[in-house]
Amino acid sequence: MKKLAILATGVLALSLASAQTVIKIASVSPLSGPQSVLGESIKLGAQLAIEEAQPRFKAMGFDLQFAPQDDQATPDVGVAVARRIVNDPDLLGVVGHLNSGVAIPASEVYKDTNLVMVSPANTNPRITDRGYLNVNRVCGRDDVQGPVGAEYAVKTLKKTRLFVIHDKTAYGQGLAEAFANRAKELGATVVSFVGTEEASNFQPLILQMRAQKPDLVYYGGIYDKGGVLIKQMRERGLAMPVMGGDGLDSSELVKIAGKAVIGTLYTTTSGPIDTLPKAAAFAKNYKAKFGKDSEAYGAYAYDATNVILAGLEAAIKANGGKKPTREEVAKAVRQVKLDGITGRIEFDDKGDRKLSDYYVIYMKTDSYPGVVQKIIQFAPPKKG
Amino acid sequence: MSIAELLSILPQTLLEGLLLGFVYAMVALGYTMVYGVLGLINFAHSEIFMIGAVTGIEVFRYLGNGGNPYLILLLAFIVAAAVSGTVAVLVERLAYRPLRRRGSKNVLVPLITAIGVSFLLQDLVRAIEALWHNEFNLQYPSYDTFNYDVLSKLGSPLGLTLAVKGLIVILVSILMLAGLNYLVNRTKLGKAIRAVAQDMSTAGLMGINPDVIISRTFLIGGSLAGVAGVLFGLVYTNVTPYSGFQPGIKAFTAAVLGGIGNIPGAVAGGLVLGELETLGGTYLGFLTGGNFGSEYAQVLAFLILILILLFRPQGLFGQNVSEKV
Repeated sequence: MKKLAILATGVLALSLASAQTVIKIASVSPLSGPQSVLGESIKLGAQLAIEEAQPRFKAMGFDLQFAPQDDQATPDVGVAVARRIVNDPDLLGVVGHLNSGVAIPASEVYKDTNLVMVSPANTNPRITDRGYLNVNRVCGRDDVQGPVGAEYAVKTLKKTRLFVIHDKTAYGQGLAEAFANRAKELGATVVSFVGTEEASNFQPLILQMRAQKPDLVYYGGIYDKGGVLIKQMRERGLAMPVMGGDGLDSSELVKIAGKAVIGTLYTTTSGPIDTLPKAAAFAKNYKAKFGKDSEAYGAYAYDATNVILAGLEAAIKANGGKKPTREEVAKAVRQVKLDGITGRIEFDDKGDRKLSDYYVIYMKTDSYPGVVQKIIQFAPPKKG
Repeated sequence: MSIAELLSILPQTLLEGLLLGFVYAMVALGYTMVYGVLGLINFAHSEIFMIGAVTGIEVFRYLGNGGNPYLILLLAFIVAAAVSGTVAVLVERLAYRPLRRRGSKNVLVPLITAIGVSFLLQDLVRAIEALWHNEFNLQYPSYDTFNYDVLSKLGSPLGLTLAVKGLIVILVSILMLAGLNYLVNRTKLGKAIRAVAQDMSTAGLMGINPDVIISRTFLIGGSLAGVAGVLFGLVYTNVTPYSGFQPGIKAFTAAVLGGIGNIPGAVAGGLVLGELETLGGTYLGFLTGGNFGSEYAQVLAFLILILILLFRPQGLFGQNVSEKV
C-alpha cells in the first residue's frame, strides 16, 4: 500500500511538473582545464540567480531550469555546444562565455535563431561591434580598458618609458595596441612593442629591458604567461612595475608569480566583490551555498542571468502569459533596465552597457585580489 | 639605441644563450643516442624531459619547506633522473620493442607510435597533476640562495650577472656530459652501445644482448633528460604538462644540426641553437628598427639552421653512418 502511495504521489508530481511549460537557461563557460576556476564562478553565479527566480516563474506557470555547459575554453568545443543548445526549443537564454575567442564564433550560431546571449566576461570589442540583436555584455571593453591603463600609468604614475609586450592573441594584441596608442597620445615613449608566444623563456625580453631601461612594462595577455614574465624579471633583478589587463585578474597570477607579484598593476572590468555596490548579500549567499568565494566573474554572471530573466518576464507578459519566441526575448533583453549588484544596467543599441566600470588594481601583497586604486565609469566608444 | 648600449648587453646575452644551450644539449643527447642505436626519432623524449621537470617540482613540494636547498636540489636531480629514466625504459619496452619484434621494416610506424606516446604522456601527467593537486601551472620555488648573483663579488665583469642557479646549470651540464663521454668511450657498456649502434645483428653474434643495450640507452638518455628538466624548471620556473614540446623540438633540431647520432655534435648543436635563439630574440627588434621583434627569433634561428644544413647536410659533426654514437 505504501509503495502504491509513493507511486501515486510520484505520478502526481510528474503530471504537475509536466503541466508547467519548461524554460531553460544555459551557462556556457570552461568547467574543465586550466581556466575552470573562472568558468565555474560563471556557472555558479548564474545558478544562484536562477534558483532565486524559480518561485517567481512557477507562479507564472513556468518550470525554469538551469543547463550548465562546458566549452573547455576552446573555440571548436564552444561552437559544438552552441549547436547543441540552439536545437533545444525550450532553451531561451545563454549566459557566457568566458573567452572572447570562443564567444565570437559561438555567438554566430546563436544569431541564426536570435537566441539571446549575455556575456559576463567577454571584453573584445568585436563581441558587440558586429551589431547583433541577440548579443549583449555586462562587462567593459578592451578598447576602453587599455586606455584606462595608459592614463593611469602616464598621468598618475608619471611613467614615460613604456615597454609593451603582448601574447599575439586577438585579446592580448588588441589590448596592448589600445594601451600603447593612448600612452603615445599622452606624451609617453613606447620604447618597444613586441609580441611573443613564448611561455617559459623570457630572457631575450628581459635583456632588451636591460638595454632600454623602461620605467614600466605592459603585458597584454593572460596570467599563465604574464605571471612567469613577472617572476623571471624579479629574479633577474629588474624592479620596474608591470601592468596588464583583466587577463592578469586571477588568483592563479599570484600562485605563479609568488612574492614577485607585489607591485603589479592591472586593469579589469569586473571589480573585486567587496567593492561592488549591493553585492554583499550575493557574496554571502554564494559562500553559504557553494562553500567558496566568488571569483572575478561570479557577480557579473549573476547580473547577466538576471538581465535575461527580466527580459524573459517582460516578453512573457507581452505575449499574454505564453512562452515567447527567442527573438521576442532578445528584443526584450535589449530593453531591460535593471539595478544589478554590479551597478545600473542599460544596454545601448549594440548591446554594450551604457556605462561600465573600469578598475585599476594594485597588488600590494601577494594575496588575491589586490587593492582597488581607481574606479572609472566609461561609455563605450561612439564609432566602430 | 646606440651601438654602445647594444653592445653593453651582448656578454649577458651570450651567457643566457649558453644556459639555454646546455639544457638543449642535454635533451638532444637522448634523441641522438636513441637514433644512434635504433635509427628511431623518439618524439616521446620531449615528454620524458617534461616528466623530469614535473618530478623535480614534486620533490620541492614535499621537501621544500625548510632544509638545505642544495640537498633538496640534489635529491630532485636524482629522483627526476630515476623517474624519467624508468619512464623512458617503460616506453621502449611497451611501445617500441613489440614493434621491433614484429620485424617491421617501415620506419614510419615507430615514428608515429612515438608521437602517440608523446600525446599519451602529456595528458597522463595532466590528469595525474589535476587529480593530485588540481594544478596546471606548476611552479619551481624561488629561493634567494639560488638567485644570488655570484659575479657581484667579482665586481660584475663586463656587466655580467650570473645567478647561483645559472652556475648550477653550467656545472651540472658539464659534469653530466663528461660522465656520458666517459661512459660511452671508456666502459664496457659504452663499447656495447657503440657496437649495437654500428650493427645490431653482428653485435648480437658477439655475445651482446641488443635488447638489454637498447634498454640501457633509453635509461641513460631518459635520465639525462630528467636532469635537464629540473635545470629547465629551475631557471625558467614555470612548468606545465605541455612544457616539453617546445624545448623538445629545439633539442631534436640541435641533434640534427650537430649530426644526428653524434654525441659531441648534439652538444655543439644545442649550444649553437641556444645562442642563435637568444641573440635573435634580443637583437632582432633593435636591428630591424622594431619591424621584426622577438617573435621572429625562431624564424631567424631556423633560417640559419637551414643554411647550415644546406652546406653540411650531415650536420656540423656528422661524418658517415658508421661513426654514429
